[in-house]
Amino acid sequence: MALEIRRASVIYPSQRGRRPVEALSKIDLTLDDNDFVLALGASGCGKSTLLNLIAGFLSPSSGQILLDGANVAGPGADRSVVFQKHALLPWLDVRANVAFGLKLQGKPKAAADAVADKFIDLLGLKGFEGSPVYALSGGMQQRVGIARALTCDPKVLLMDEPLGALDELTREKAQELILGIWQRTGKTVFFITHSVEEALFMGTKLIVMSPRPGRITHRFDLPFSRRFLDGTPARKIKALAEFIALREEVLGIIFADEEQAA
Amino acid sequence: MTNLTEVGAAPVALRSRAFAWFARSRATKPGETYGVPGQGDTLLLSLATMAFLIFVWWVVTALGWVKPLFVPSPAAIVQKFMDVWTNGFTGTPFWQHVLISAARVFGAFLLACAVGIPLGLAMGMSPVIRGIFDPPIEFYRPIPPLAYLPLMIIWFGIGEMSKVLLIFLSVFAPIALGARAGVRSAAIEQIHAAYSFGATRWQVMRQVILPSAMPEILTAMRIGIGFGWTTLVAAEMVAATKGLGYMVLAASQFLQTATVIMGIIVIAAIAYAFDMLMRFLERRLVPWKGKM
Repeated sequence: MALEIRRASVIYPSQRGRRPVEALSKIDLTLDDNDFVLALGASGCGKSTLLNLIAGFLSPSSGQILLDGANVAGPGADRSVVFQKHALLPWLDVRANVAFGLKLQGKPKAAADAVADKFIDLLGLKGFEGSPVYALSGGMQQRVGIARALTCDPKVLLMDEPLGALDELTREKAQELILGIWQRTGKTVFFITHSVEEALFMGTKLIVMSPRPGRITHRFDLPFSRRFLDGTPARKIKALAEFIALREEVLGIIFADEEQAA
Repeated sequence: MTNLTEVGAAPVALRSRAFAWFARSRATKPGETYGVPGQGDTLLLSLATMAFLIFVWWVVTALGWVKPLFVPSPAAIVQKFMDVWTNGFTGTPFWQHVLISAARVFGAFLLACAVGIPLGLAMGMSPVIRGIFDPPIEFYRPIPPLAYLPLMIIWFGIGEMSKVLLIFLSVFAPIALGARAGVRSAAIEQIHAAYSFGATRWQVMRQVILPSAMPEILTAMRIGIGFGWTTLVAAEMVAATKGLGYMVLAASQFLQTATVIMGIIVIAAIAYAFDMLMRFLERRLVPWKGKM
């Protein structure tokens, strides 16, 4: 059981005389149970297109996306998305935002609220159930977004630069929080980031993508998040010689892509 | 040399001080000098302006610079108001004039909301509906209601129908266009989030698009009712025997300038009070406006 992407391509048709753009070219990727897959790459490499493909917002021009062997035909509650920002509903309070997915699925209010409260607690938002979301800090808003994505018990959690808009300190705390939740819930996660350090620290697998056409050029297996969950402090892991060496290697790959583009 | 710099520097300092004075009459936060221009409380200044204008008005009339036929004194207006309040105007009690005008404006306004909001939303969401309704609305929108008033009379007679329809038309366009623009308010992330929970298209419209369009719809309603009051007098040119617009028009024919001015002030006061109510509703209904 897994999410399988088989030779998936996305081609945006030519517009106003411009040539068609191959946003993704023959992507092969498997997300196994409990994988934490990180996607990194220069801008325009198709990471977000890949996430939209898995989420079902886009259909591949060719190739297949399979979840547990069944074709992914569109968005569905088995694949929840956490966005970078703008995804909460400001007319609802924290609890109603978290319960939003369950309500859409027709769950009665009391039951939906009970599940929502569980995840509000898990994300450390207890006491803010009735607060308006626009009054929360950026970090708390992202936690609301993560809680909301978890309520429907998705098989795959898709995270589109969820920490990109946060300051460094909040970001590091959020990384540790997300890893803790990943460990507790055992979800399969697909996570996009621009930060190499974040990618190396959080993932069990890393894919590095390149633009024109968007494709996966490098794959790494990563040990660091397991070590963090086994008790090594985050800052210590990020200062390890092997962590730094890998960071420089991956940065080199991405810089090379960016230079080619310039 | 020193002289030169001093001569050059003085006007610059003066200019920037003048701008600071113009852009912000007093600091909203202690020590803030470089904030967003235009901040600060305006209530006192507005009240002072009103008082000043009324004072000038009073001086001009009290000194007899202008004949009462052209500009009656403020006291004459108040007196006329008391007179009409107790004795009515052309045999109809004052409250009936107010009531019938309000009924016309609010009736047309409610009708315009009932038709314009759903149609505007549908235009925002469907290119087919937009394609059909965009040309007629954009065609008639800039035409002054007085221009098509004769058509209303020819088509719908001189009864309530053509009066309410005229006001309706002037309110309808801004409301429909506001609702249409409001559809664009929802962020793609909000829409995607709903779809990723398995929402149907209807659920997305009802639970994401509609609430996020609310601020724009409320603003459009405020603008719309303003147009309604603007059109009231034109509508009551159509063989009306009651109403504030009728009162102003009839008084003008007998050169009862005091009644004309009094009627104008009453219309303005009602419109302003309703605008305040709408602003209050806005703060209550969409407190999140502009915050996310």
